[in-house]
Amino acid sequence: MLPAPEELKQSVEELLPGVTLTLESAIFWVTPNDLIAVCRCLKDTERFSLDHVANLTAIDYPAEQRMDVVYHLYSMAKKHGPVTLKVQLDRNHAAVPSLTPIYRGAEFQEREAYDLFGVIFEGHPDLRRILMWDEFQGHPMRKDYVPEDQDVPSG
Amino acid sequence: MSPDAATPVSELLEVSLGPQHPSTHGVFRMNAVLDGETIVKLKPVMGYLHRNHEQIGEGTSYIASFPFTDRLDYFCAMSNNLGLALAIERLGGIAVSERGEYLRVIMAELTRVLNHVAVTGFLLNDMGAFGTPLLYAFREREKILDFFEAASGSRMMCNYVRPGGVRVDVPPGWCDQVRAFVSGFPRFLDEFETLLTQNEIIRQRTQGVGVLPKALAVNASVTGPLLRASGVNYDIRKADAYSIYARFPFKVPLGTVGDVYDRYYVRILEIRESLKILQQALKEIPDGPSVSPKGAALVKAPRTFRPPKGEAYGRIEAPKGELGFYLVSDGTPQPYRYHIRAPSFVNLTILEDMCLGQKVADAIVILGSIDIVMGEVDR
Repeated sequence: MLPAPEELKQSVEELLPGVTLTLESAIFWVTPNDLIAVCRCLKDTERFSLDHVANLTAIDYPAEQRMDVVYHLYSMAKKHGPVTLKVQLDRNHAAVPSLTPIYRGAEFQEREAYDLFGVIFEGHPDLRRILMWDEFQGHPMRKDYVPEDQDVPSG
Repeated sequence: MSPDAATPVSELLEVSLGPQHPSTHGVFRMNAVLDGETIVKLKPVMGYLHRNHEQIGEGTSYIASFPFTDRLDYFCAMSNNLGLALAIERLGGIAVSERGEYLRVIMAELTRVLNHVAVTGFLLNDMGAFGTPLLYAFREREKILDFFEAASGSRMMCNYVRPGGVRVDVPPGWCDQVRAFVSGFPRFLDEFETLLTQNEIIRQRTQGVGVLPKALAVNASVTGPLLRASGVNYDIRKADAYSIYARFPFKVPLGTVGDVYDRYYVRILEIRESLKILQQALKEIPDGPSVSPKGAALVKAPRTFRPPKGEAYGRIEAPKGELGFYLVSDGTPQPYRYHIRAPSFVNLTILEDMCLGQKVADAIVILGSIDIVMGEVDR
């Protein structure tokens, strides 16, 4: 079984000196710089074995000028989870280290978040648009995105 | 003869397979670089069916997204509905009625049976056995679609599962008909297997083709029969025991090699396990309301449903793998963020890895064995 959130936070902080996690209603907030270290620790520590990035996406908060990236980690080996990690980024320079070198499963999910939200995943081997076409301008899932056909009358 | 002319010069050839190629299962493209017949590079190109389903979902009430989820994986509308219902229930703290739970499990397992039968038929089509096996599979699928139509009013776009239960109870006598179908199904499956499992041509085309090693499968977050064919024992019905799956004893069939043949056979075995679940569920299904009071109220007035601020990730073992719905609520009737983790989308990550070094004809079979539906990949 996965340790309780507080216990998990403590164990990770003990294993990784200098890293602090902020726990807020079962969500672990990580700074972008610590993300890789924390994920490696969660994946490689036998007790956690969080080897499966089930879900990866971004959430846009234009009012607060921030962009969150959220990760749901599960363990296939131990059949437990999820551990929800969140990273808070500046909306105008949204950049976060890529998890693809650790988890191949993040590859397409990060490309999708880049395509639809404009989050740059640094160190991604192939960061291209995936759902929109290459020449497309803008990131359609951002809350302030204006669709092209605004002037088309409806109905 | 000069020595230069004796040395064969090989030139790489770039071939674009799709997006209108019949064996790409929809509008999907594979950009392959070939050395002779061997694949040296293969990049999947998708998005031809992209309609930004997530943005549509963020612009409407929680309940109004159900008909849209039917169109994700249009073979498995029932399981898609169930995934979203699970996430909404978690977000809003909605209980499910007992009969509703059973009906959902019955629908989800019937969906698994029809999906696995159909995908096996398509796989045979990809191998060149045009028509016959696919029509055998579709004949059985059609019977299940008749049950869906009787229950929901629609064959494929069922729009049936709701938070708290299901939209409407099944008509009288429905359970008996399904029971008769389920007890007769193994006979069809045996016949199907006689034609396929030991078939020399199928073994030659599939064994050792598109091998996915266990470690890579886990690392690439592959889920569903594709993962289990590689020998990883991970089934969300067991791991999360969502809904009432804990009450049903069933086995998780595993492959050993992780090739296309194993994927085919794991699916056949999964059908047999699903039939066991169906038999038990149809025996135990209680009478009573098909939806809980809170769920019924919510369906009548969807705009009054304002879940508390927070978020929920609900996931199910859909026939193709882990189908997850991530919802963020800001206390309004519309989700602030609505994200779908589609199994076929993530499973495509390792398409290139499985195809490298194989022949072009094998790439078609490998793609068929992943089991993708573009409605879900492109969303």
